[in-house]
Amino acid sequence: MSTASPPVLSVERLRKYFPIRRGVLRRVVGHVKAVDDVTFSIARGETLSLVGESGCGKTTTSRCILRAVQPTEGSIRFLTGDGRQVDVAGLPRAELRPVRRQMQMIFQDPYSSLNPRMTISDIIAEPLLVNGIGDLDARRRRVAELLDVVQLPRAYMNRFPHAFSGGQRQRIGIARALALNPALIVADEPVSALDVSVQAQIINLMLELQERLGLSYLFVAHDLSVVKHVSHRVAVMYVGRIVEIADTATIFARPRHPYTEALLSAVPVPDPRKRAKRIVLEGEVADPSNVPAGCAFHPRCAYATERCRQEKPELRDAGGGNLVACHRAAELELRGVAAQ
Amino acid sequence: MADPILSVRGLETFFHGDEGIVRAVDGASFDLFPGRTLGIVGESGCGKSVTARSILRIVERPGRVENGSVLLRRADGSTVDLVKLDASSREMREVRGGEIGYVFQEPMSSLSAYHTIGNQLMEAIRLHRTVTKAEARDRAIELLRMVGIPRPEQRVDSYSFELSGGLRQRVMIALSLAAEPRILIADEPTTALDVTTQAQILELIRRIQEERNLAVVLITHDMGVIAEMADAVAVMYLGKVVETGPVDAIFHAPKHPYTQSLLRSIPSVLAQPLSRLATITGSIPHPFARPAGCPFHPRCPSFMPGTCDTGAPGLTRLAPDHEARCFLYDQPRETSA
Repeated sequence: MSTASPPVLSVERLRKYFPIRRGVLRRVVGHVKAVDDVTFSIARGETLSLVGESGCGKTTTSRCILRAVQPTEGSIRFLTGDGRQVDVAGLPRAELRPVRRQMQMIFQDPYSSLNPRMTISDIIAEPLLVNGIGDLDARRRRVAELLDVVQLPRAYMNRFPHAFSGGQRQRIGIARALALNPALIVADEPVSALDVSVQAQIINLMLELQERLGLSYLFVAHDLSVVKHVSHRVAVMYVGRIVEIADTATIFARPRHPYTEALLSAVPVPDPRKRAKRIVLEGEVADPSNVPAGCAFHPRCAYATERCRQEKPELRDAGGGNLVACHRAAELELRGVAAQ
Repeated sequence: MADPILSVRGLETFFHGDEGIVRAVDGASFDLFPGRTLGIVGESGCGKSVTARSILRIVERPGRVENGSVLLRRADGSTVDLVKLDASSREMREVRGGEIGYVFQEPMSSLSAYHTIGNQLMEAIRLHRTVTKAEARDRAIELLRMVGIPRPEQRVDSYSFELSGGLRQRVMIALSLAAEPRILIADEPTTALDVTTQAQILELIRRIQEERNLAVVLITHDMGVIAEMADAVAVMYLGKVVETGPVDAIFHAPKHPYTQSLLRSIPSVLAQPLSRLATITGSIPHPFARPAGCPFHPRCPSFMPGTCDTGAPGLTRLAPDHEARCFLYDQPRETSA
């Protein structure tokens, strides 16, 4: 990505450690390193996807950015509407609110993320109300506008969430997220709870909104097929660290980290003629409170050497636009999905 | 091909509620063969799970199997209709978990937290076989080893909450195999799991199937998993099997408009980045608001007014093993299917 204008979001050396407390004195006996030295940036109009398996720290990373949890270390610089860069990580609570307006969230579960006792109109207008924007009439006009944007009939305004299907509810959630004209939307698994036929509608809507409104998305997902459709760039996380980051076409066609290769290989391809020999990883994801020495992936890696057991690889340029944290990135010939 | 081990014909399972009747399974028919995998695929509310529960006769009230037959060919060559059996009879209990093993989606809630996994396995073994406790324990350890659980001698004494999701699902599979069934019904066995763990579990099911010539019913919403695992496929929509056929025909020459639309709308790792997906208009109707005629007609690109919204299409045989339920292939009739 060219950096002519500063990125909307730039995260540097982000860490989030959760203390583990034991005994009657609740002494700290260790830490869960949920996010451990994560660096990335997102340009205006760009989608970066964070992918990885459960417990890899992708959700905690997104929650740090919204300051839903307090980061342990690192900076989260956000470009505000007036062109200032503010560090969300260090901002006092009072100064956080105007910044937060410009970063909004779309949730995974369209059932529990809408208050069943509020009408659709109230749900979508709530961000406006909380921030004291407009009078009642202005807010209703804005709600009507937002319903148009997410392609729901205006007549739905006074109904309650229970009357809607999962896909319609997700549209309502998106309308709410758009109410304050945010620059960045953090979407944590926004389509994983939806049926296939509805999932496609929401993915298309998100792509359209990005084009029209110049939105930046941080897309958190585990489904690599969905990720391929929505992302400009992809960052793969494993036990709290980014192991590879590259533009979408590159990372799928030519992964440079053995973990990325294994993840891609494990995705079932919807074509019975392309049943391929899968790389089946042995064992389980490492415990983030007891991370293996060296490269955290080495116990499951088919290419691991002595060096991988001892020395932690840094994220560095492996050529072709990939940043990779692997000692052997330069020499390995890994298999992508386009090559199957 | 060999005779089917399980034949489902015209299965109807309805739920009687205060607000009306939900026809959860509305005439499902398919065959299952030894050593083969039948994939049942569909979106939420299509009745795929209720179909499985109907076969096992564990549909919860107010649900009831109303019509149809589930013919099980037993090891001795005789045939029994499971629908005719009393759901809690001794014979049905012998079939359930005995001849037909089953694995559910949620490995956490399907296992007891109060008993060690070893005790649960031994219980399942001793229900269906007359063996001593010590023999059952050895057999439990053997089963855990077979499903790829590391250090089974120690794990046999652990509780389900001490295991990861992937290991729990392996324990579930071990449990389902305790009585050496000839049929395995797996309902969304990998939905709650990460993709690398999913790959491990699918590999395991495939290996066990090969070793035991097991007939597998794999129920999932994931077309990728179907493409990967199934030999034959039944596509369901709102309680009806709308198309059945060999896996290659379903993916490369689908006949029913729903199957065609569904396949076009799934995201694929082979797609171009940032490409739009084809969509199916609308959403799945509420179970109480099931459309008249063909249930897919309000969303169907080939909708024929006056035909699809009035009568229900029957299954039309398009090839010896390929059938579709659609008026594009079926002449409208007065009788409802």
